[in-house]
Amino acid sequence: MGERVGLEVSLAVSEAVKLARAEAVAAYPITPQTHIVEELAQMVADGDLDAEFVMVESEHSAMSACCGTSAVGARTFTATASQGLALMHEVLFIASGLRLPIVMAVANRALSAPLSIWGDQSDVMAERDCGWIQIFVETGQEAFDQTVCAFRIAEDPRVLTPMIVNIDGFTLSHVVEPLELESQEAIDGFLPPFSAQVVLDPDRPVTIGPVGFPELYTEIKKQQNEALLASHQVIVEVWKEWADSFGREYRPVESYRAEDAEVLINLAGAVAGTARVAVDEMREEGRKVGLVRTRLWRPYPFADMREAVGSAKAVAVVDRALSFGGPGGPMASELRGALYPLASPPVVAGFVAGLGGRDITVGDFRAMVDETEKIVSEGYTHEYRMHGVRE
Amino acid sequence: MAEKTQSAEFIPRLLPPWELLAEGHRGCQGCGEALALRQILKAAGPDTIVCSATGCMEIITSPYPETAWRIPWIHVAFENAAAVASGVEAGIKILQKHGRYREGKVNIIAIGGDGGTADIGLQALSGALERRHDFTYVCTDNEAYMNTGIQRSSATPFGASTTPSPAGKESIGQRTEKKDLPMIVAAHNLPYLATACPSYPLDLMNKTRRALSTEGPTYLHVLSPCPTGWRHPIDMAVEMGRLAVESGVFPLYEIIDGKLRLNVEMNKRRPVAEYLKPQGRFRHLGPEQIEEIQRFVNEYYDRLIYRSQCDAEAPPTPHEE
Repeated sequence: MGERVGLEVSLAVSEAVKLARAEAVAAYPITPQTHIVEELAQMVADGDLDAEFVMVESEHSAMSACCGTSAVGARTFTATASQGLALMHEVLFIASGLRLPIVMAVANRALSAPLSIWGDQSDVMAERDCGWIQIFVETGQEAFDQTVCAFRIAEDPRVLTPMIVNIDGFTLSHVVEPLELESQEAIDGFLPPFSAQVVLDPDRPVTIGPVGFPELYTEIKKQQNEALLASHQVIVEVWKEWADSFGREYRPVESYRAEDAEVLINLAGAVAGTARVAVDEMREEGRKVGLVRTRLWRPYPFADMREAVGSAKAVAVVDRALSFGGPGGPMASELRGALYPLASPPVVAGFVAGLGGRDITVGDFRAMVDETEKIVSEGYTHEYRMHGVRE
Repeated sequence: MAEKTQSAEFIPRLLPPWELLAEGHRGCQGCGEALALRQILKAAGPDTIVCSATGCMEIITSPYPETAWRIPWIHVAFENAAAVASGVEAGIKILQKHGRYREGKVNIIAIGGDGGTADIGLQALSGALERRHDFTYVCTDNEAYMNTGIQRSSATPFGASTTPSPAGKESIGQRTEKKDLPMIVAAHNLPYLATACPSYPLDLMNKTRRALSTEGPTYLHVLSPCPTGWRHPIDMAVEMGRLAVESGVFPLYEIIDGKLRLNVEMNKRRPVAEYLKPQGRFRHLGPEQIEEIQRFVNEYYDRLIYRSQCDAEAPPTPHEE
């Protein structure tokens, strides 16, 4: 049993990074991620964390410096959000291409314009294809646990792929939650020091980041993708081991009252808490409604999702991001793709909601389920709907 | 002649034997930048990690699965060599503290071209210098984006014809003066900064050693003649460097703890026309423009002399005491 505390979720992430004995942190301030790295800076200043804290001049340099620290074999962490993540864009693809197991917390926030410091998941959805392992967490406990697990997963020699832990900006990052902090001893037992296979070392010179000509580029990208897909198995293994050690279980997809559900709500992140209340209400009224929360986003858990929603009549997918001019939200379109091979796939009703800090209430979930039932009985009239728009 | 024979026979024996940039890389014939790199690595030695920006030197040395690097080398992107080097330095520092990395000094060199340094990489460079990482940044300046087909950078000199600043009936080519990058870098109050040129190999190698052995961020600005972009004969890169220095177009100096010292003071400088003439990129310039360039070079050089004289008379720095 860990120590039970009340802690701001950002600080719980910092605690996890400290207990993981991260050796290098390079970061740049951006709301709503700042508390995470400020706390880490304080830990280093107080001698509680023996790490190099590099306060760089931009997120582009933050991710670049992380590539440097990781390439010499240091356990590396950073955090960002929104515009900062967008500024990292170029280097994110390189970090995964170079197979550098950097761990990054993203306190999800809307993208400008108009400028918005408030939460949605547009920032990370724009980085969907950057080759990183990506998960969404719901609670402070999960943020703590998953941050520790992220180092184990990313650094596993079978994986060697960087990992993003998504934490909803403000609605999760800035709330104080009760959670269990595990002891240093327990974390040390779970997470051995980073032992990189290939590092920049004059005793064993290597060339990292060469030019890939057309004869080889495809093969290298295939290898990278295979490693990312295969990380699913390692992720499940690591989560199992975490459960064995600490008693908290994690799966790629979390189902709630979903067994016999006709309509399932699918979403990612902290808003699942509200969705659960809505599900309970509707269940009490005798409606067969359940919730499927996507934890693992990359690699996309195709089989888990098919199993979780395949037998429902319909899925109401609630995306907190908009693919402009496209199929609505990225989670809905991904789910449609995953379900397409099924003989009689559920109806996938896409909703885009909760942009730029707009709340999604219990009433909103009820309305979206109503709408989904209508689509089931009357058929599609639109690709998706933006829910909760003021008229 | 006797002097030439002597240096040909004896100088190589005085130099470290290692060739850390392997032969057979894909550089253009007569590349001054590859020559600079070879000399820098000779001086740096094998206990060195290089972080390269995207650019000529990066692409010619790393066509996977081949590599010309006999030392550890990393390339991440175009504008971030200094940021990557920051991470390498910080990472090694903490790993050594934890006993998880080889002991002893490891030289960390970030290398970028003029585009990767004066343009797109300027912010990352400034940040890394300000943070006082213990590394050396080398700008190999061939005065344009040669890798992508000779496009102007902010380090392209006045009057040079490049593909997006072409000479024509209505254009004299590049219309603005070359950005004075070493002085921008100097404003970060580095302990050591120098300009150099592979046409002066011992000078370049000595400066490399001094930069690497100086604690904190140091900077070398290395003029690297480019036969392809400057459009001069392929056997003239060394001579072009010499003409650049001897005409005062590219003065060799060091700034040590804020004090500027001219290494080769040219009392009788060659006319800039001698430097401009062999280069196709300046071929279109008329006497008026050449005169303008001469005037600029004279003014700048005189200012450097004046500053070096003032600095010489200034109170001694901690190193001098």
